[in-house]
Amino acid sequence: MSQPENARYAIGIDLGTTHSALSYVDLQASDGEKAVESVLPIPQLTAPGTIEALPLLPSFLYLPHPDEMPAGERALPWSQGEETAVAGEMARSRGATTPIRLVSSAKSWLCHPGVDRRAAILPQDAPDEVPRVSPLTASTRYLEHLRQAWNAAHPEAPFDQQSVTVTIPASFDPAARELTAEAARQAGFAPTLLEEPQAALYSWIQGSGGRWRKQVAPGDIILVVDVGGGTSDFSLIAILERDGKLEPHRVAVGDHILLGGDNMDLALAHFVARKLSANGTTLDAWQMRALTYGCRSAKEELLANPNATTHPIVVPSRGSKLIGGSIRTELTREEVTSFITDGFFPRVEAGARPAVRARAGLTQLGLPYAQDAAITRHLAAFLARQAGATAELEGFQGRVNAEHSFLHPSAVLFNGGVFKSGILAQRVMDTINDWLYMEGAEPARMLEGADLDLAVARGAAYFSYARRGGGVRIRGGTARSYYVGVESSMPAIPGMEPPLEALCVAPFGMEEGSELELPGQEFGLVIGEPVTFRFFGSTTRRQDRIGDVLEFWGPDELQELNEIQATLPAEGRVAGEVVQVKLHALATDAGTLELAAVARDGQRWKIEFDVRTASDAS
Amino acid sequence: MSTPSNLPGFFSRLSIAFGALFKSLGDAEFAARVRDDGVGPTAAPAPATVPTPAPAPAPTPAPPPLRAPSPDSALQLLSLFQREARLIDFAHENLGAYSDADIGAAARVVHEGCARVLREHFAIEPVRSENEGSRVTLDEGFDAASVRLTGNVVGKAPFTGTLSHRGWRAAKVTLPQLAESHDARVLAPAEVEL
Repeated sequence: MSQPENARYAIGIDLGTTHSALSYVDLQASDGEKAVESVLPIPQLTAPGTIEALPLLPSFLYLPHPDEMPAGERALPWSQGEETAVAGEMARSRGATTPIRLVSSAKSWLCHPGVDRRAAILPQDAPDEVPRVSPLTASTRYLEHLRQAWNAAHPEAPFDQQSVTVTIPASFDPAARELTAEAARQAGFAPTLLEEPQAALYSWIQGSGGRWRKQVAPGDIILVVDVGGGTSDFSLIAILERDGKLEPHRVAVGDHILLGGDNMDLALAHFVARKLSANGTTLDAWQMRALTYGCRSAKEELLANPNATTHPIVVPSRGSKLIGGSIRTELTREEVTSFITDGFFPRVEAGARPAVRARAGLTQLGLPYAQDAAITRHLAAFLARQAGATAELEGFQGRVNAEHSFLHPSAVLFNGGVFKSGILAQRVMDTINDWLYMEGAEPARMLEGADLDLAVARGAAYFSYARRGGGVRIRGGTARSYYVGVESSMPAIPGMEPPLEALCVAPFGMEEGSELELPGQEFGLVIGEPVTFRFFGSTTRRQDRIGDVLEFWGPDELQELNEIQATLPAEGRVAGEVVQVKLHALATDAGTLELAAVARDGQRWKIEFDVRTASDAS
Repeated sequence: MSTPSNLPGFFSRLSIAFGALFKSLGDAEFAARVRDDGVGPTAAPAPATVPTPAPAPAPTPAPPPLRAPSPDSALQLLSLFQREARLIDFAHENLGAYSDADIGAAARVVHEGCARVLREHFAIEPVRSENEGSRVTLDEGFDAASVRLTGNVVGKAPFTGTLSHRGWRAAKVTLPQLAESHDARVLAPAEVEL
């Protein structure tokens, strides 16, 4: 898939929660680790009738009212007629004052298991007359915009004939991965998927120009801390030596944490707004947006410059009286420190865990934002859960001590605009090194030279290039094992559900392109009748082989995912007939997982991860 | 303030300076006067959209034709300065009614926004890389359009003097593209909240 023979470019797309970017490697000009790489400026509407080419495409979609703009004002350079939905900078700025017509965070909705992601549900609080779109459609729109922008700039090398990689959070489950691939197919191309923390490491490897081999050594464990606009994502990558060559292996990924840099800016803005309202000044939505921008620059200044003590914020008046109507306030170093540094990156102990509150019944309607804002606590939980991640890894035996309460990283790579602040990166380093010190380990070092904003897109382009044989590859296969729930054959006990057992259908670390058959077990599926299974994933159970049955598991070990469903259409068979099938797991070259039901005669049916009626399952 | 009341204060000068910038962009005659060290806007000549008559001191042959300024780019730039920096709002206010603290707060909006527009749409670099105040020598055939001689301008090149301003040059201009039907005269649309 996505390995066109005649590709001239290897393209990488960072499909972010708040911004998207496209980077590319010129295959003809590149050789080995010397990849010639650029970022595509993306033409987009910045105001009605105004097109600018910017390095980032804000991942926002605005659904304008028919009377809102004059004819011809929302055409893009490539559009045939009027666009019914506008992506990019104008969508973001218009949407701030008309939020009922703004689709944002489509990516977070795409991995929200509680909703039907193909249903037109966004914007969530739009009145009935606004035509809504599905999270899948919104993602498709952004990818389409990027494809058109590419085709406009490179008419000689059509997009769908290049090698294209799209990045996803490492924490995406199989359903969200499949939906991302589907969005790309609807946008007119076949992508390969790549986990964002891996992309960040690829970008670092490429940016080092070969010197990365001097900065890491066999036995190193690199922790990638990726705090994007809307999500935080962790991965562990171990450095192995094979045949005298360094080989990075991704050994673990973290859970999905809906918490990112934009939440920090917004939280800070609300904090300042509370301060203002205590003095009798209330702000409207338009002013809140201006305040959020002001808070962002104040935060960046105060977190970048250790000598600054305060930074003024001015919220301009909405009317044309700029001078009398503007509101001036300021942010102090103490406020930023206590709110951002100590609020989102507190110096906690290695035993700290994120607080979990029981959710009220209706919260499923919105996005499941992280309940604990402390990223360091999420990180502590991740490292503790992965304490044994390298125990079985070649060359790492004996390095892991059973007394270690968490996995000891030896190097840290940061990604995401949040870490442009040296203070925050240092705070994370100090916290991890405190943990290491308490267990008598050497401090971890920070890998220098990361490109915080565009690393993911750049790394994805480099990966597109590397998988054609040009450069270093990160190995490791799938980062989870997967299970279906089967009822145990114990005698029924009145008033109790029959206990559930978990049958491993896809083991940890499946290399791409490999296919496994579930041994022994056959399932009888009824033609024409959908069969659903409960479905589980684990980021820690590395030893389970396909076909293993778990009767007990720890509360942290298995996470329940959306139900999966197999429907056998009646083609060539009689409805109601029972067919004996075996389950197959396939790790595709494109980076997705596929489960299939295979009949004895070899006929295959795909098992769907994303069942349309998912909402009644939870 | 201790300055005589007929001299403009700092913020008035800021506003005058921006006014002069736009007038120079849109009005070639005004720009020529600034270049020739004229004393500034006294007679308020015709606005940018009206073609200006060529100045007349013709020797014998017909004078070289003057370039007509294109109002669209100037309007577009004004629109950007208004959107990002509220510059038109600022320049239209009567500063006399406000305290310097109020003006200062608004000036932050204007300054930050103007800086953003300049950064995003122009690559602006100094004409001379030497430090201001240092001695510089101009060889024969120097570019008189990018270096202006002042003071005791006599004799022949090479000229040696003190660099009093480094000058600015736009190395690159990237203004947004406009739709065919876009009316650039609307610098900022009126806003009506429903």
